[in-house]
Amino acid sequence: MNVPVKPQHFYSYDEFDAAFVRSRVAEFREQVQRRLSGALTEEEFRPLRLMNGLYLQLHAYMLRIAVPYGTLSSTQMRQFAHIAEKWDKGYGHFTTRQNIQFNWPKLVDVPDILDALADVNMHAIQTSGNCIRNVTADHFSGVAADEIADPRPTAELLRQWSSNHPEFSFLPRKFKVAVSGAVHDRAATRVHDVGLRIVQNEGGEIGYEVLAGGGLGRTPMVGHIVREFLPKAELLPYMEALMRVYNSHGRRDNKFKARIKILVHETGLDEIREQIEAEFESLDKAAIAADPAEIARIEAQFVPPAYEALPDVSDVMKKAKAANSEFARFVDINTAPHKQAGYTIVTVSLKPIGGVPGDATAAQMRVLAEVSDKYSLSELRVSHEQNIVLPYVKKDDLFALWQELKAADLATANASLITDIISCPGLDYCSLATARSIPIAQAISERFADPDRQRLIGKLGIKISGCINACGHHHVAGIGILGLEKSGEESYQITLGGDPTLSASIGERLGPGLRAEEVPDAIERIVGVYLAHRDLDEDFIHTYRRIGHDAFKSALVTGTPRAPAASPLDQGGGI
Amino acid sequence: MARIKHPKILTASDLKQGDVIFFTGTGWSRHHLDAKPAQTDGEIAALEAQAKADVAANRILDVQIIDVALREDGRPEPIHYREKMRTLGPSVRRDLGKQAAS
Repeated sequence: MNVPVKPQHFYSYDEFDAAFVRSRVAEFREQVQRRLSGALTEEEFRPLRLMNGLYLQLHAYMLRIAVPYGTLSSTQMRQFAHIAEKWDKGYGHFTTRQNIQFNWPKLVDVPDILDALADVNMHAIQTSGNCIRNVTADHFSGVAADEIADPRPTAELLRQWSSNHPEFSFLPRKFKVAVSGAVHDRAATRVHDVGLRIVQNEGGEIGYEVLAGGGLGRTPMVGHIVREFLPKAELLPYMEALMRVYNSHGRRDNKFKARIKILVHETGLDEIREQIEAEFESLDKAAIAADPAEIARIEAQFVPPAYEALPDVSDVMKKAKAANSEFARFVDINTAPHKQAGYTIVTVSLKPIGGVPGDATAAQMRVLAEVSDKYSLSELRVSHEQNIVLPYVKKDDLFALWQELKAADLATANASLITDIISCPGLDYCSLATARSIPIAQAISERFADPDRQRLIGKLGIKISGCINACGHHHVAGIGILGLEKSGEESYQITLGGDPTLSASIGERLGPGLRAEEVPDAIERIVGVYLAHRDLDEDFIHTYRRIGHDAFKSALVTGTPRAPAASPLDQGGGI
Repeated sequence: MARIKHPKILTASDLKQGDVIFFTGTGWSRHHLDAKPAQTDGEIAALEAQAKADVAANRILDVQIIDVALREDGRPEPIHYREKMRTLGPSVRRDLGKQAAS
């Protein structure tokens, strides 16, 4: 079956890409047959299935599908809906790395699922294993008002360079790259193994600020600048040099110390910088650098669409806002400034009150595909905040879009508010988890359900991880929650003051672990301290930094404190 | 043969389907209440041998021998909350997993 992919303004597979993905599906189909026949043992098969995104989780296999830099076409979203219904249980889970996971595939069906993905130019390659994972990017790429340059051509170039790269397929540990091209960092570049920020130097030349050594997991660290300005044309040679230094010196003796953040920390920033530069100088840069014609070919696929010339103020939208307060709230909270007059960026929250963060039913996926066709040039984005973004919405169309979203329970107006909670799957699904995280998110969401109260509190990120691997990014949340095991029970540690942006910081633990039922009250008291101390329009992180950590310690006092939990079950992972 | 602190059962995942399964003494069941508890070192060794054989026969993977408590009717219930979760399904989706059928 060949489904027309119809990508509008982003990369479309060429013949090589398509053939490569098809060949991998055929190869995996044969590997599955060999596993089922007994020709391959699980020990032999496990790395092969992981290279194709297939995990074994708590209740079933789980297939993680790469959404390159979070960009999707409506056709691809419809294919997710089809896969969810035909081979899974009618829903999918959008992840904190802009991917999607299906929680219930059967091993025998996975080759057919991968073929269905290949039909729409998608795959699950490098969504697991010690390789360069799916490259993530700002979910407002190409449309944000504060953008210097679209980061997606860079992310696509890195995707092509890193796919099946023979030298970097068996790294000491997994390797995650994020790219941002805007003034504001929405891609969490400072807490990735490598973060690339597109910047302009004094001469007006576009290049990259290169950060390395960031990451979360059991040893959270903020990345450091290893190169202040890297000319655009030198990206691949520099990345090759950086990866070689990591591949050569990253610790393979201890998986908990194998990420580049540990190497940078133990080696020292100046020394690691010198090693990278020395390696860089030794390379035949011209041989490694991407062919300018290839760069131009990639960039040509991300050209802005033919926007309509519209006034920036939409009378249609203004009238609808005046007539409908619920719609007005949605516009105020879930839209972001667009670089093109008359257009806006819409965040579709996958965080309904009391819902499972990041989950969407097949029916909702079809609605998202439908509205993207009607109102957003058939393009969608997955954000690392586990929401869906419609990047090209005319303000004149916003009311009609909102009505269709509302009918599908997709119009929750809470983007970046306290109920827009990031949560990993936790122990409800994940075999590594030490505690559940989704029920905590649901309880907090219900506690703060009142939309007026949410708005009063303002932007406040709560992020929840079900184990020290930190897939829920709790370390970089204003309020972070970490689920652990303590004496055979689930226990939750709260951290405050984390920040994933350019002013990145790692949250500090507030006190002893809490029981699950104590968490919403503790959050309530933390919010109470914040509201009592904040200056006008001051967001949580700034109040926290101004008044200090200790000011919040009383928030745990009325709970039933227990000793801090350190789980014996935790394993490596996270960003 | 020495008695042990907690009875134990053998659990794994079905290779083809990925479902959580439990060893009954004669075969594999998707229901933990069907599992045959081991109460001596010798019985545990037998479970380990069974696991090894069925892994080798490509029927199962991710083998675990877990602690259980015995109900009044002698049937086993896992002690740890993680294992209880595996007998049910996601607590946030009661319509899915083994709990959906009960």
